Amino acid sequence: MTAMRPPSRHVAVVGGGIIGLAIAWAAVGRGHRVTLIDPSPASGATYAAAGMLAPVSELHYREESLLDLTLASAWMYRKFTSDVEDASGLETGYLAAGTLVAGVDAADRQALADLRAAQLELGLEVQELSTREARRMEPMLGPQLTGAFLIPDDHQVDPRAFAAALLAALQAGVRVEIVRTAAVGLLYGNAEDDGVTRDAIRHGTGTCGMDDGDWDDGGMVTGVRLADGSRIDADEVVLANGLGAASMDGLPDGLELPLRPVYGDILRLRAPQQLQPLVTRTVRAVVRGFPVYVVPRSDGTVVIGATQREDGSDALSAGGVYQLLRDAQTVVPAVAELELLEAVCRARPGTPDNAPLLGGCRRTDGADVPGLIVATGFFRHGVLLAPVAAAICADLLDGVTPDVDIEPYRPDRFRHGSTVPGNLSDLQRSQP
Amino acid sequence: MNDPLMIDGVTLGSRLIMGTGGAPSLDGLGAALAASGTELTTVAMRRYSPEVGGSLFALLEEQQIRVLPNTAGCFTARDAVVTAELAREALETDWVKLEVIADEQTLLPDPLELAEATETLVGKGFKVFAYTNDDPVLARRLEQLGVAAVMPLGAPIGTGLGILNPHNIELIVSRAEVPVVLDAGIGTASDAALAMELGCDAVLLATAVTRAQDPVKMARAFKHAVAAGRLASQAGRIPRRQHAMASSAMEGRPDL
Repeated sequence: MTAMRPPSRHVAVVGGGIIGLAIAWAAVGRGHRVTLIDPSPASGATYAAAGMLAPVSELHYREESLLDLTLASAWMYRKFTSDVEDASGLETGYLAAGTLVAGVDAADRQALADLRAAQLELGLEVQELSTREARRMEPMLGPQLTGAFLIPDDHQVDPRAFAAALLAALQAGVRVEIVRTAAVGLLYGNAEDDGVTRDAIRHGTGTCGMDDGDWDDGGMVTGVRLADGSRIDADEVVLANGLGAASMDGLPDGLELPLRPVYGDILRLRAPQQLQPLVTRTVRAVVRGFPVYVVPRSDGTVVIGATQREDGSDALSAGGVYQLLRDAQTVVPAVAELELLEAVCRARPGTPDNAPLLGGCRRTDGADVPGLIVATGFFRHGVLLAPVAAAICADLLDGVTPDVDIEPYRPDRFRHGSTVPGNLSDLQRSQP
Repeated sequence: MNDPLMIDGVTLGSRLIMGTGGAPSLDGLGAALAASGTELTTVAMRRYSPEVGGSLFALLEEQQIRVLPNTAGCFTARDAVVTAELAREALETDWVKLEVIADEQTLLPDPLELAEATETLVGKGFKVFAYTNDDPVLARRLEQLGVAAVMPLGAPIGTGLGILNPHNIELIVSRAEVPVVLDAGIGTASDAALAMELGCDAVLLATAVTRAQDPVKMARAFKHAVAAGRLASQAGRIPRRQHAMASSAMEGRPDL
């Protein structure tokens, strides 16, 4: 295969969250030169994320087709993290310990049992436990449980450790440059010029899109403009800057990225020595209709999360923190004995159908926009989907068709601002 | 549909009012709203910011669904009044669904705070849609305070228990001069049909659709249920009897 490998190129990855870092890593692995652009890598949603790798327990009705991505990525995790650990000498916190799911009242149990029926139908493994079995496995679980399930294939990683390891692995390479500045716009040139006139800035300070008459047939993305006015030329630009992607200057003709912030409050706590381990695997619960999870780390800390707020406030919510502690304490009463280390709030980049914006873009006339790949809108699944997103982007960089069909995730599927009901769910419905 | 619902001078073609809480995705919500045929949808102002682009509000605008802002999450009259004022400013509507909740366990309306907030908001020119207990006395008092519609609950929010006290709902309807909207507690289509049969002018529901396994199908079911219940309430049902009565009379049949 080496002989057929496409020539090494210069890739500008905009955004150094877990997605951007993983893409940069995969691109380097394919022999490309990479410039990663982020004023503060791994400080957004990645910083908050609990790191559950949970394609099974995160299954939502009408979003079954996302399993193509989530299962594929979960499978890739072990090798992906071990490669990164080898290259960086740092831990990623990958832990294949399974996930225990519990309900607290009769309706919670019913909801979980109904979901299990759907999970089994899709060939996913969900074992039913008696509450006694569950409490034998996790003695700190409270007596209030009505039902419990074990999902052996839902694992976890520590996103902060993983991101730090990725960054270290990237910095250790000679073909990587990290630029700690914000990228503000895309630069365009003409494909026929073969890079000679790449300094043609096609769009100045507008919000998005270009006038129709402005577009050359061969117009291709040739780099990015930075906040300090400087520029980075590249053969390919990957937009992996989460919510920021929507406000980049010079997005291709008519392309709107319908991203919205879905805020999450999340807590980190430490169990005193006598209470360790608080739990030995991720515990997820539905507490009178409210979801909550407790994710244990090897250092004796736990992560408790997470709210989903669309109230427009990026400030940590007192009500959110209260709700998390209240519900976590119902499931694991000893949570009240823990030291509260940290409470943070970050925005997840949400999309109308909860699926990512992933792949190349097309113009309104159907032609591809050369030089541009979008990888954002991962919403609740950013950490889980990082390896598969990285592999897909690396394939696209090499001009190879990815193993997973990414047509349903096309970044331009919402063109014309249309929130046409249920892209993904329609797909699902059309299947027998 | 030539049986429109009139509230505060506005004509609504559908008697199904939708809520938005609990929807798994914006697209899914959009599809369910479209399937429900609703023309009025309530949004919790404390949970959704009109300033966030590409959000719920854009979706409603696109589907040309009128927004009924609500004060969900408010526990005092003061909270509710402030929230209503912010909603009026942001959305340029006088309409507000007034929710003043007593406690988190029951999410039942607090009658005293509700009456006080109603009085204040009516005084400030709001058209108040008052979410209330299934209490005929309180419903009457709210009407006297000048609400645009009374919205008694069938059962506590999110329970899906249906209409727990149909007699009270009927009593509220029989004495009301403003529209009565059954709000909260609906679990499935027959609950909505029953509400209409009891004489309610409309039904408001959210969870029953948004948390259903197939929200679009459930929304369609509710659309039909509300229309069916409305027709039945107008058609004059037969009296209930203790003993059977054959549907065709025996007289005049040939004796074979």
